[in-house]
Amino acid sequence: MRHSFKLTPYLYVLPLVVLLLFVFGYPLVRIFEFSFKLIRGIDGPWIGFRNYELILSQDLFWESVLHNLFLLLAVPVMVVWSLLISIVLYDRITGWKLYRIVLFVPYILAIPIIAVVMKKMFQFSGPVNEVLHWLGVDFLALDWIGSSSVALWTVMLLIIWRESALGIILFLARLLSLDESLIEAAKLEGASWWQRTWYVIVPQMKVVIEFYVVVSVITMLSSVFSYVYIMGSGRGGPGTSTMVVELYIFSALIKTSLPGIASAVSVLLFLVSLLLIVPLFAVRRRANEEEVG
Amino acid sequence: MKSDRTLKHGVLLVATFIALVPSIFMVVTSLKSDDDYTVNKVGLPLAVVFDHFENVLFQSPFFAWMGNSIVLAAGAVILSTVVSCLGAYAIARMEFKGRGLLFSVGTALMAVPPVVMIVPLFVLYSQLGLISTFRGAIVIYAGLITPFSVYLLTTFFRTLPRELFESARMDGAGDLRILWKIVLPLSLPALLTLVVVNALYVWNDLIIAIIFLQDDSKRTLMAGISIFQGRYDNQIPLTMAGMVIASAPMVMLYIAFQKYFIQGVTLTGMKG
Repeated sequence: MRHSFKLTPYLYVLPLVVLLLFVFGYPLVRIFEFSFKLIRGIDGPWIGFRNYELILSQDLFWESVLHNLFLLLAVPVMVVWSLLISIVLYDRITGWKLYRIVLFVPYILAIPIIAVVMKKMFQFSGPVNEVLHWLGVDFLALDWIGSSSVALWTVMLLIIWRESALGIILFLARLLSLDESLIEAAKLEGASWWQRTWYVIVPQMKVVIEFYVVVSVITMLSSVFSYVYIMGSGRGGPGTSTMVVELYIFSALIKTSLPGIASAVSVLLFLVSLLLIVPLFAVRRRANEEEVG
Repeated sequence: MKSDRTLKHGVLLVATFIALVPSIFMVVTSLKSDDDYTVNKVGLPLAVVFDHFENVLFQSPFFAWMGNSIVLAAGAVILSTVVSCLGAYAIARMEFKGRGLLFSVGTALMAVPPVVMIVPLFVLYSQLGLISTFRGAIVIYAGLITPFSVYLLTTFFRTLPRELFESARMDGAGDLRILWKIVLPLSLPALLTLVVVNALYVWNDLIIAIIFLQDDSKRTLMAGISIFQGRYDNQIPLTMAGMVIASAPMVMLYIAFQKYFIQGVTLTGMKG
């Protein structure tokens, strides 16, 4: 680098730094400040930990947290389903490329669109229940959307349906980069399909599976707003049965105009996401070393 | 061996069915009359009816919503790409103090949920009168997609051979010229992937859209859908016609550019 141009790098990164400071830096500082204030409109007096005390003693907050945690149950299902499908695809039977294109479709459709479609399909008098009656399994014909004990399961079903498409694509990409000689050797030694899958293929996919698990955990804890907003009619309904943390922040800010409360919850969610950044970057680095992530 | 293959096709056909059944329901239902749907929820339409499409297109502002979404996606993607290209070029190719820190903090922001940022930005935007303005929302979207852009571009720029830069410099080319004439043309696949992933994110977003673009005339397609489906709650064929129209642009783009979609999502795993 020539001395006269020392300033150049800073000019290049300046717009980047300004943009990141505005969209991330500024809000991240202010949520801490707001969370200790009683905000009316744009500012208000300091009130110490009162916002935190309020939310931590409120049932609705804990219920929201619990619902996010409940959605974590989807992760193992997504992993197993995506693994199964990607490994079958990897056998490259006729038409596997076409299957791949089609199986990715759930991920292309926007969440709000697909949530509307599913909501209609799973209505009490909708086509899903009609098919279930027709199959003679009437006990399975639940009130998928309208019953507060079932609604969150239905949301979870939709999440599994969509997010598995990501898993399939990620896993398949990893599989296609595998060294095939090991698998061929196992085949020659007479290992069955299950043996090859379990002892040869899956161990080599460890990193990409970990990566997918971490990404999915982040999704379940902090990116399910679009699903829930449509399925729960904007209120986390029926009742509070599909209320999640993001919707809690949204409602506190927009519906009840309590930015202080919304900020306190944002701070807590931010701290949780900090905890998840460490494993995310650890697996991302390892995935990169294997040329996946 | 043969039964083995049949089993695999069986598994994939079941998976295909599960993946496509909502889309099939959506399209088939949108072609039914209301009376037909009441008695026939699962089967094919008795007679194909296009009235719902006409109704949606003439009585709901779907095209206006799409137009708004396009403006936002284009604005945010352009802003973020320009800012990220400059920044990533410096991070990948120049020595300066704080380079490592900028890269690691800048990319770590990918894992911060967007919802965490909305409260202060909403309060600030209310003060500044930026609620329901495209420029306000574009800046937020551009910011949210930038950490990933910087990550992808920096990683890509680092893989370009050093000699390329040195020989260009010998010929007297300045940094901007090198970036514009050499680096960007070589990065075209990475840039396309980036555009797809980021545009998809902005197009599909709901939470920023409903908070920061509350005005009817500024509503995005996704925010429009959430209102549309509530308004026509019991007119399911009509609702489905709306969903078919809403999903058409992305599905067509996917069919045309599926390679970049699949590549892009493989690279991120984060967005979509």
